[in-house]
Amino acid sequence: MPVKTLTGNKAVAYAARLARVKVVSAYPITPQTTIVETLASMIEHGEMDAKMIRVESEHSALAAALGAASAGVRAFTATSSHGLLYMHEVVWWTAGARVPLVMAIVTRAIGPPWNIHVDHQDIWDQRDSGWLISIAESNQEVFDLTVQAFRISEDERVYLPMMVGLDGFILSHTVAPVDMPEQHEIDEWLPERKQPYVITPETQYVMGNLATDEDYYMMRYSIQAAMEAAKDVIKEVDKSFGENFGRSYGGLVERYRVEDAKYHVIVAGSWAGDAKEAVNILRDEGYPVGLLRVRFFRPWPTEDIVDVVGSSKGVITFDRSVSFGARGHLFMETISSLGPLAGKLSVRGVIAGLGGVDVPAEEFAMVIREFIDEVEREGQVYDPAYWHLPSQYRDMYPSRVEEVVR
Amino acid sequence: MYVEIIFHGRGGQGAVTAANVLAGAAVREGKWSQAFPHFGAERRGAPVRAYARISDEPISRHSQIYAADIAVVLDDKLFELVDIVSTVKKDGVIIVNTAEQKIDLDKGKRNLYCVDAVSIAKELGLIVAGWPVVNTAMLGAFSALTGIVSLESIVEEIKANWPGKTGEANAEAARRAYKLVSKCGV
Repeated sequence: MPVKTLTGNKAVAYAARLARVKVVSAYPITPQTTIVETLASMIEHGEMDAKMIRVESEHSALAAALGAASAGVRAFTATSSHGLLYMHEVVWWTAGARVPLVMAIVTRAIGPPWNIHVDHQDIWDQRDSGWLISIAESNQEVFDLTVQAFRISEDERVYLPMMVGLDGFILSHTVAPVDMPEQHEIDEWLPERKQPYVITPETQYVMGNLATDEDYYMMRYSIQAAMEAAKDVIKEVDKSFGENFGRSYGGLVERYRVEDAKYHVIVAGSWAGDAKEAVNILRDEGYPVGLLRVRFFRPWPTEDIVDVVGSSKGVITFDRSVSFGARGHLFMETISSLGPLAGKLSVRGVIAGLGGVDVPAEEFAMVIREFIDEVEREGQVYDPAYWHLPSQYRDMYPSRVEEVVR
Repeated sequence: MYVEIIFHGRGGQGAVTAANVLAGAAVREGKWSQAFPHFGAERRGAPVRAYARISDEPISRHSQIYAADIAVVLDDKLFELVDIVSTVKKDGVIIVNTAEQKIDLDKGKRNLYCVDAVSIAKELGLIVAGWPVVNTAMLGAFSALTGIVSLESIVEEIKANWPGKTGEANAEAARRAYKLVSKCGV
């Protein structure tokens, strides 16, 4: 198949079709996306051999997908923002059931006030649920990750569901070239579905039964072990995909110009592309800066973080979300990964771009440049929550919330 | 080669579609491209904008476009509502759909080009919901002036998007505008 220009949403839909998904369930009202609309159209026109289940809520959408997947087929759904939050209970049930499943998340802000634009609050809100959570930078990566998600989720070392995050509008509604393999190529690369158990009218399994406290504890333990094992699986799948289709991204993280870098940017999602341009701008100015793009939020890439930034002079994280009362998510995870090493380097946790506030490359460059200059001038800097405010508010409010309170 | 393009139109005029078709045409030539609407509320008739990027290399940027190399304006009356000139670089190009040949750009000396896409649409019977279809003609004018994407690729992409007579009429609109676009302004 030649390269096609597709929105991120269509890239997801084509990937689900090529993975031979047999059941798609969805609540077809806002905040649903054209992912499910495209799948519904393909099923209706006989271009996809699958069953579409129209349900009355996102909670039911995932429950139906879980039921179908438990019965032994590839099942798929997609949601966004408030739909994902409404689904949250079943998100946990799915991971706890250890049923492989793939769901696309169009990452968007959460109300109130209403805002439909890109933000990572919705997807990071799922971080503790036992799902593998990935997030793409480009439409091509959205497609590749969706195909890979089935192989990762269905690996017997993992058997956990996986989310594929694509930034709302920035990827979901933007057209860009996507190179899609032919059906037979995907068939050859993607193994037959495997799962720990299959529910049929004849089988005698009980799902979601009461367990002893001790057994409950051990099932939690097993999810954590699967998450740990998933790290190798993700790397293997990324490598194998690269060997077959020519695109590898580096596993749980992508490393960009880090070889001789003394300072590091940590960022996730589509704006990592703008941040890369900022790294290029700063490199031209002589700043020794590199970038680590987080592709998987769960399992968190602890080893990669330590490997790349453990001996860094300074790390600056960019979060499009915040844990109110604490810090941005990437910042907290990064510091927690570094452990005692964190005390040796300078850090700044930037919170920016909430609700889709645009951050162009030049602005990334400005913030990173300021951080590096400050470290070079003052020695060690510890600045865990720096709010890079929208430009019209920058002169009115301080970037550190503590100063407002004082 | 790396260019940023902004389309100014009214909701319903097909600015977003024009950006998408341009991006698709660029990919047909082995280039990298991107196209996206300005993310906000859209209403029929209200000013809207869409963006496109075209490059010889993969495109990393995802932010909005604030100073385009080229602006395509689907309705000359938009100059009264939107500060179009400020969305284009000082040495940039502005291509306007207008029946008048005298648009006064008092805010700067951008290179201004005009084509009467409304008349082209009417001649070809390209009327949808009472409005002349001008977006495809403007892509022909874009090709003639910039050479970034060939007329052939634009025609192919139009036909791929709209099979049959509709595609052929839109392709013809692009061909005519390609020939008719000319320098204008006072």
